[in-house]
Amino acid sequence: MHAPFRLLACVLLLAAGLAAAQAIDPLPFRDRAEEVRFQNLTRQLRCLVCQNENLADSNADLARDLRHEVFGLMRQGKSDDEIKQYLVDRYSRFVLYDPPLDRGTVLLWFGPALILLAGGAVVWLTIRRRSRAAPAAATAPTDNGDDW
Amino acid sequence: MSRLVPLFAFLLLVALFGFGIWWNTGHDQREVPSPLIGKPAPAYALPHLDDPSRTLAKADMLGKPYLLNVFASWCVACGDEHPVLMAEGRSLGIPLVGYDYKDDPADAKAWLAQHGNPYDLVIADREGRTAIDFGVYGAPESFLIDARGVIRYKRIGPFTPEVIEKELKPRIAALRKEAP
Repeated sequence: MHAPFRLLACVLLLAAGLAAAQAIDPLPFRDRAEEVRFQNLTRQLRCLVCQNENLADSNADLARDLRHEVFGLMRQGKSDDEIKQYLVDRYSRFVLYDPPLDRGTVLLWFGPALILLAGGAVVWLTIRRRSRAAPAAATAPTDNGDDW
Repeated sequence: MSRLVPLFAFLLLVALFGFGIWWNTGHDQREVPSPLIGKPAPAYALPHLDDPSRTLAKADMLGKPYLLNVFASWCVACGDEHPVLMAEGRSLGIPLVGYDYKDDPADAKAWLAQHGNPYDLVIADREGRTAIDFGVYGAPESFLIDARGVIRYKRIGPFTPEVIEKELKPRIAALRKEAP
């Protein structure tokens, strides 16, 4: 590797490391278990400023405030569900990356399966119709067979 | 007939994606509807911007509707909204309370001195803790709070003369009718 490239690689690596370090501001975790719980919880919560990021990864100012809020609530002895509800009460269900199943989210949960079922039904009907038509088609002259 | 199935499937997809485009141009994707509308405003007690020794609490504002406008000197969109509030704030007929959000008090005072002060009163939330209770995630945001302290309407993003005319004023008029 040429020296300039090596330098560039070093700078890029350093920059990536800095960016990752910035996203996670130091919080005084008691132990590793508390830190893991905090990371799990903030990964399931959406940053409202940059809406494609979760709270754990976001550099936004509000995300930092909310991380501190989550940490404070954990220290008050609140459960994960209570902390999620606390944020839902203020910011609506939109903060949850894993939306609960209820009347408002039925289509979100089962819509893809419905579309798959509908597509499967069309394929099944088509195959059945063709296999019925096949004996008749065998006697009659036909085109090359790939109808569509 | 079966030759038409792909065409129908294609048209169905076109309709679906067309609806998606239409839906997303019609509303702001970043707008998160507040779950607090129709619920009591969170309790707050925040210092006045110009005199931090005095605080304004939610209880102080009970008995009359008011508009709480979240702004900050660092917020670009607030600069767009500001002239609108300067021009229309008085004509609303209700107190306009400024909520200085995560801001340096000196910056906020300078900003108001430079651009004018449309507010009857400005409170400061330097840390943004109370703002989390209000579900604030950006500035500007505005809350119309009724005489009983219930949030009746929230505007996310800057007020424009059209939004004030179409969304805010009818709601203020309705609140007036409610009052005995």
